[in-house]
Amino acid sequence: MAVNVSEPAGDDRPRSSLLYDPVFRSIIYQVLTAIIFVALIWWFWNNTLENLRRANIASGFGFLNGRAGFDVGQSLIAYTSDSTYLRALYVGFLNTLLVAFTGIVTATIIGFIVGIGRLSHNWLIAKVSQVYVEVFRNIPPLLVIFFWYKGVLAVLPQPRDSIHLPLSVFLNNRGLAFPRPIWGDGAGAIPVAFLVGIVAAILVTKWASARQARTGQPFPSGWTGFGLILGLPILTFLALGSPLSFDYPVAGKFNLSGGSVVGPEFVSLYLALSFYTAAFIAEIVRSGIRSVPKGQTEAAFALGLQSGVTTRKVVVPQALRIIIPPLTSQYLNLTKNSSLAIAIGFSDLVAVGGTILNQSGRAVEIVAIWMAIYLSISLATSLFMNWFNAKMALVER
Amino acid sequence: MSSHFVRTQMLAPEAPPSNTTGPGAWLRQNLFATPKDAVLTIMGLLVLAWLVPDAVNWLFIKAVWSGADRTVCATTEQLGGIQPAGWSGACWAFVQSRFTTFIFGRYPIEERWRPILVGVMLVALLVPLLIPKVPRKGLNALLLFVIFPVVAFYLLLGGVFGLSHVETSNWGGLMVTLILSFVGIAVSLPAGILLALGRRSRMPVIKSLCVIFIEVIRGVPLITVLFMASVMLPLFLPAGVNFDKFLRALVGVSLFAAAYMAEVIRGGLQAIPKGQYEGADSLGLGYWQKMRLIILPQAIKLVIPGIVNTFIGMFKDTSLVMIIGMFDLLGIINQSFSDATWATAVTPVTGLIFAGFIYWLFCFGMSRYSAFMERHLDTGHKR
Repeated sequence: MAVNVSEPAGDDRPRSSLLYDPVFRSIIYQVLTAIIFVALIWWFWNNTLENLRRANIASGFGFLNGRAGFDVGQSLIAYTSDSTYLRALYVGFLNTLLVAFTGIVTATIIGFIVGIGRLSHNWLIAKVSQVYVEVFRNIPPLLVIFFWYKGVLAVLPQPRDSIHLPLSVFLNNRGLAFPRPIWGDGAGAIPVAFLVGIVAAILVTKWASARQARTGQPFPSGWTGFGLILGLPILTFLALGSPLSFDYPVAGKFNLSGGSVVGPEFVSLYLALSFYTAAFIAEIVRSGIRSVPKGQTEAAFALGLQSGVTTRKVVVPQALRIIIPPLTSQYLNLTKNSSLAIAIGFSDLVAVGGTILNQSGRAVEIVAIWMAIYLSISLATSLFMNWFNAKMALVER
Repeated sequence: MSSHFVRTQMLAPEAPPSNTTGPGAWLRQNLFATPKDAVLTIMGLLVLAWLVPDAVNWLFIKAVWSGADRTVCATTEQLGGIQPAGWSGACWAFVQSRFTTFIFGRYPIEERWRPILVGVMLVALLVPLLIPKVPRKGLNALLLFVIFPVVAFYLLLGGVFGLSHVETSNWGGLMVTLILSFVGIAVSLPAGILLALGRRSRMPVIKSLCVIFIEVIRGVPLITVLFMASVMLPLFLPAGVNFDKFLRALVGVSLFAAAYMAEVIRGGLQAIPKGQYEGADSLGLGYWQKMRLIILPQAIKLVIPGIVNTFIGMFKDTSLVMIIGMFDLLGIINQSFSDATWATAVTPVTGLIFAGFIYWLFCFGMSRYSAFMERHLDTGHKR
C-alpha cells in the first residue's frame, strides 16, 4: 500500500511519481467511477428500450389518460371504473395519506401511553408495557395486518348479525358502519371559524408571553386558546341553528343500509400499523424521558415548581429534543409500511399502481411514479421536522 | 491507663424494619405506593383477569392438538365439524399436519435431507462464531461466509454431483426466510460499510452517488424496491438473459438492507474522534489500512445495537417477498389458509400465531445476543 506524504507548500524536493499524488489519484478514481456509472446507465437504458420495443410496449406517461376499467374498494373522491388511470392513482394517493395520517395519530397516542407506562414505578404497568413492546417489535408488520384482517375481522358475524355498538355503530365482517354526518346550509362557516380560532389563539399566546416578559404577570393563554379553538366553531354551529343531521345505518334483512362504511381492509391496516409503530414510538419516548437528568427535576423542585409545572416546563421540552428526530423516522416508516395494503387489497397508491402495472405493463413508469411520490412525502416530512427540530433545539450561549 | 472505652466487638446488625421486607412491603412499594398507583394496579389486574384466562383457554385448554383434517377444528354448525356449537380454540392440529411444509415449502420430500444438512452446517458454523471464547474466528468466518454459501448453493439447487435439480420456485417456508436473511446480512454489512465510507469520502462524484443511492432507497417502501427488482431488472438486462425470481428478490432485499446499514455505520464513523483519524495518518497508514485497523473496529463496536436492529428489521422484511409471489414462512402459511382440507374459522388465527411465534423467537434471540455482545465488548470507555 502506498503511503501518501503531504508536502508542505514551497517544497522543492523532486515530486514522486504522479501515481502517488493523492489529488491526481482522486481525480482518476472519480473519472473511472463516473465512466462506469454512465456506461451502466446507458447499457440499462438501451436494453430497456430494446426490451420494450420487442414486447410492443410504448413508453411515456400518456397512458395515464386512458380508461382505468377497474373499481377501487374505498375512495375519498368520486371515482368509477370509467375514470382515468391518473384519477385512480390520485385515489390511491389519498388513501395512502388517509391511512398514514390516522395511523400516525393513533400510534403516537398508544406509543406515548405505553412508553410512559414502561417508566412507571408501578411494577404491573411497567411489565405489561414491556410485554407489549417486546411482542410487537419482534414480529413483521405484514403478519400483524394479516392477523387483524384474516384472524379477527374475517370471523366477525355476517352483516345481518352485526355487533351493535353504542351511537349506531355497527361492526361486521364487511367493515365498520357508522352514522354519516350531513351538513346543512352555511356549514362552511364552521371550518372558517375553526381557522380563525387557531389564528386568534396563536396571537393571544404571543401577546401573553410578551406581557409576561414585560410585567411578569402570567396569563392563562393555554385555556384561552383552547376555548377559542373549540368555542368559536361551536358558537358558529349554534348561531347557524345546528345545520347537522345524521344518516344512520339501519340493519336490514341481509345488509345494512345508509351510513358510512369503512371496509375491513382499511380497519385492519389502520389497526395493524398503529399497534406496530406504537411499540417503536414507546421505546423512543422512554429513552427520551430517561435522558433528562434527574438533577433537572430536582432543581425544578428546589425552585419551588410544582410537579405538573416541572413536567410541562422542564422535563418534556428537554425530552422532546431527543424524541423528535427518531419519531419523525417512525412516522415515515409508518407511511412507507402503509404500502403493505397491497397484501390485503386496500387500494392505496401501491395497490392501485400494481393493478395498473398488471393491466398496462408500464413497469418503468409506475415504479417511477411510486418512487417520486414516496420520495416527495419523505422529503416534505423531513423538511418540516427539521424546521420543527431547529425551533426546539437547544439555544446555546 | 486510658479512661475512655473502645468497643472491641461489633454489634450484630439489626434486622431491617419489618415494613420494608417481605412480600407485603414489595407489594406496597411496587403496586400500591400511592392511591393513583393502587387504582392503576387494580385496573390493570381487572384487564388482565379479563384477557389472560380467555387467552390461555383459547390457546391451550380448548385447543385441538391432533387430527387429520378440518373436522376436528370445525363446529357442528359448520360442514362436517365435530366440535360443539360455539366452540373456539386454537387448531394446533393444522400446524402439526402442515409443519414440514411450513419449514421446507414444496421442496421434494425425498430431497429434504439437503436443506436439513445445510441447516446443520449453518448451526455448526454459526454457533462457534457467536460464542466469544471459541478460538479461530478468522477461519470460522471464512468457512461461514465464503465456503458455506457455495456448498449450500449447490446442495440446495442441485444439478451437479448427481443431485437432482430443484427449481427455486419449489423452495418455500422458513427455509426461504432464512436464506433471504442470511444472504441479506452477508451482503448488506460489507456493502453498507462501503456505502458509508463512500458517503464520507472527499471525492464529490463518489460521495454524491452514494448519497443518492442511500437516500432514494431509504425514502421508498421496500415493496417498491422489490417490484423494481422483480419487474424492472429483467427489462434492464439484454433480452434472453433469464434472471431467477428468487435471485431478484435477493437483490431487492440486499440493496434495501445495505442502504439502511450504511446509515447506521455512518453514525459510528461520525462518533469516532478526529484524533483517531489523525493518529492513524501520523503513523503513516494508508486509507484502507487506517479504516481497517483503526476506524472501523471502533465504529462498528459503537453501533452494534443499530446493526442488529437492521438485521432484525431485514428478517421481518423478508416477509414482504410473498407480495411478489414467493412463498416464505408467512407466504406459505397464508397460502395454506385457502387449502380446503383445513379451512375453518380458527385456522388463520392459529397459523398466524404460529408464524408470529417463529418470527418473534428469531428476532428476540437476535436482540438478546446483541445486548450480550454490547456488554462483552464494552471496554469501559463509556462516558
